[in-house]
Amino acid sequence: MKTRYTYGGDEHIYVEMDEEMSLDAFFKSLSMSEAVKAANLPGVLDICPANASFQVRFDPDRIHPEEMMKRVQELESKADQAEKTLRTRIIEVPVFYKDPWTHETLMRFRERHQDPSGSDLDYAARINGYADADAFIEAHHSAPWFVSMVGFVAGLPFLYQLVEREKQLQVPKYLRPRTDTPKQTVGYGGCFSCVYSVRGAGGYQMFGITPMTIYDPKQETSYLKDFMVYFKPGDIVKWKPIDRAEYDRILKEVEAGTWTPRVAEVDFDLDAFNADMKGTNAKLMEALNDA
Amino acid sequence: MTLEIVKPGLATSVQDLGRPGYFHLGIPEGGAMDRYALRAANLLVGNDEGAACLEAVFMGPEIRIGADCVLAVTGAEMPIKLDGETVPTWTSFAAKAGQVLSFGFLTEGARIYIAVSGGIATEPDLGSRSTYPIGMLGGIDGRPVQPGDVIPVGEDGAAKPCLSVPEDLRRRPGTPAELRVLPGLYWDRLTEASQTAFFDDTWTVASEADRMGYRFKGGRPMEFVEREQPFGAGSDPSNIVDGCYSYGSVQVPGGTEPIVLHRDAVSGGGYFTLGAVISADMDLIGQLQPNTPVHFRRTDMDQALAARAHRRAMLDKLRNALAG
Repeated sequence: MKTRYTYGGDEHIYVEMDEEMSLDAFFKSLSMSEAVKAANLPGVLDICPANASFQVRFDPDRIHPEEMMKRVQELESKADQAEKTLRTRIIEVPVFYKDPWTHETLMRFRERHQDPSGSDLDYAARINGYADADAFIEAHHSAPWFVSMVGFVAGLPFLYQLVEREKQLQVPKYLRPRTDTPKQTVGYGGCFSCVYSVRGAGGYQMFGITPMTIYDPKQETSYLKDFMVYFKPGDIVKWKPIDRAEYDRILKEVEAGTWTPRVAEVDFDLDAFNADMKGTNAKLMEALNDA
Repeated sequence: MTLEIVKPGLATSVQDLGRPGYFHLGIPEGGAMDRYALRAANLLVGNDEGAACLEAVFMGPEIRIGADCVLAVTGAEMPIKLDGETVPTWTSFAAKAGQVLSFGFLTEGARIYIAVSGGIATEPDLGSRSTYPIGMLGGIDGRPVQPGDVIPVGEDGAAKPCLSVPEDLRRRPGTPAELRVLPGLYWDRLTEASQTAFFDDTWTVASEADRMGYRFKGGRPMEFVEREQPFGAGSDPSNIVDGCYSYGSVQVPGGTEPIVLHRDAVSGGGYFTLGAVISADMDLIGQLQPNTPVHFRRTDMDQALAARAHRRAMLDKLRNALAG
């Protein structure tokens, strides 16, 4: 990994940990953006951690960009020395794969897809070497995921799966973005999963839908009373496949304010994970199942 | 006091100076596309500079005034009519309860700012009244105005009619418009020839130009330095591992049409960016109409900061000109 520092106009400093995605690059970007936050530098307006990079927006009337650059660079060694552990939470997110709503949408935009003959899941299964969509779905939900970035639009999480590089699922985005995506679609592009927090344009492949509200500007949802956005970088997610009946039940309960996601507090240790992925994931699942 | 929307115009929305601090959650700063024009409109009617106004693009709304007040319209040039009588732009004027404010055809620029003494007093979200439709925040239920909307207005301050912004303090883009760009971010992805061509070519504003971003067309397609695409980046040479976007950053999906992200920018994505339009020129973009020719001018950090200082000095002049 080689860190690259650059300016985004006169108001942003952009730091790329690595050109390619990895858990190491994500951890370092999270840890360094935390260090910038803790340093309480003058003029900082926003610190945005992303998958393998982060960005600081600042007011150049309050701090000269070169000074800000210097101060941010000085924090790199601190981030390097920081322990690669994270006190976080694991959340079970129910997913109705092969649902009728994303299916209707993907059929409407078929001419923008690499393979108009099948569904997005059929295509993803084929190019990743799985026998069929169900086998691919199993790979998608069998190991947990890190929320590696929140953004694009309000409250949308990008997720990166906690498996070896060779087991990572990779799917290209649509040839041309759709103008419509149902709210709470579980999507896929590159090596990232996502949940569309709101209805709108999108280029990720569509695999299913969750009944769990993840963005609520009115803050009426029972578990979004404190803040309108549910996810933050560093959260761990386990997809739980559900059927139509369970989808309908949870959706009703979310609307009634009686449903809350299953959540457990966990510690994640990157070195321990790299040494024993299966064992680490099993422990994460244990914590979740006990919750 | 209220303003009643009779006709909404094209996409008229409540805007102030925005809600910085939530970009890490995908919620953009938002706010007036032309912040200088919004400040000027507010100063003309005795409001705080950052009070909420109506921003209308290409076509003005029709508004029934609920109570006696002072109004001002700045930004683009669009004939202003009060009960059919023409009133001057960039100048405060008194309106009486029941009168109707309407607009003629746009002659120059793209966006007008309608300030009312007391300021628009809709409910703020995350510290701002700016309308952000994708996130359903600010404005009226997070959307542009509709016919029949009754917009609350705050307590009238010490507003005076007949204040006017001097001609030399009305900032507009020239033709062709010049936008200064600081190369950076993923600039090195482009070949030298494409780096040069970006600044040499004449671009025009495409029809896809809104609060999220402005698209430009007409320049030569760009070529990328060859590389094996990094893991997770996607197969197109214009793809990167999804990262944050800077305000003003210039992305070129597929190397064809540059898009400059503006106030309601998406906060990140998987396209390379070649640098960013400097902060001093962001307001100008808000006044560009489709088909306007544009030159991107290469600049450096010193010039960017000098331009910013120049903008600040101009704002101070405006404050002095309209004080007392």
